[in-house]
Amino acid sequence: MVHFTAEEKAAVVSLWAKVNVELVGGEVLGRLLVVYPWTQRFFDNFGNLSSESAIMGNPKVKAHGKKVLTSFGNAVKHMDDLKDTFAELSELHCDKMHVDPENFKLLGNMILIVLATHFSKEFTPQVQAAWQKLTAAVANALAHRYH
Amino acid sequence: MVLSAADKSNVKACWGKIGSHAGEYGAEALERTFCSFPTTKTYFPHFDLSHGSAQVKAHGQKVADALTQAVAHMDDLPTAMSALSDLHAYKLRVDPVNFKFLSHCLLVTLACHHPAEFTPAVHASLDKFFSAVSTVLTSKYR
Repeated sequence: MVHFTAEEKAAVVSLWAKVNVELVGGEVLGRLLVVYPWTQRFFDNFGNLSSESAIMGNPKVKAHGKKVLTSFGNAVKHMDDLKDTFAELSELHCDKMHVDPENFKLLGNMILIVLATHFSKEFTPQVQAAWQKLTAAVANALAHRYH
Repeated sequence: MVLSAADKSNVKACWGKIGSHAGEYGAEALERTFCSFPTTKTYFPHFDLSHGSAQVKAHGQKVADALTQAVAHMDDLPTAMSALSDLHAYKLRVDPVNFKFLSHCLLVTLACHHPAEFTPAVHASLDKFFSAVSTVLTSKYR
């Protein structure tokens, strides 16, 4: 189980409070699809993903991004209990969605980068480190029930 | 993976805008790497890695200068980076996984300092560029 120090928790929680989940969620998923185009394989029914502007403006991308990041918000609330928190989602991603867990790491890094663009100087190396730890732990939790 | 004309143009434009801050960003990217990925510190037991360290500043400048060279020679990275490639393969032998960590932290640093310019397309081009540089630097490992 991953252990977060009080400082790490504080860094995560305080930044999360300022995150516009709808906006950031859309940007995170959008960037995943732009920067790693092979991830589009999971979203055949999303319509036009043919260019950067098409992807970033796509309403299904924005909606799904919001859904994903809202779920991530659960991680912030349960940092000490990620494996249980994401057990059901882990099974879902394996059995129903057939998503390679490598993608969770890619998405995690997109979260980091979008937070960096929004928070700039506030996104210090220490804050980044806390978030790297959280995204890595969530990725592990989501992969935990794979078989 | 190939750098398209658009990728090269994006990288040149972005790196040009960074200008004299390159060294500062190189140092910051290193600090972020050491902070987020502590295993990377194992390659610098001889360094003072505290915040503001002169050694990290100097090394950040070295990394930035090498990247500036790479940007100027994107059409032939293997030739331009041959000496550095030899160095990493035969002397430094930094495990390949670490290039991903530093590349990611370079992206985070740029995103922090230039959020407006760091569009998804520019982000993608830079990610590809750092990946191409990393590939060249590890190309002679075995």
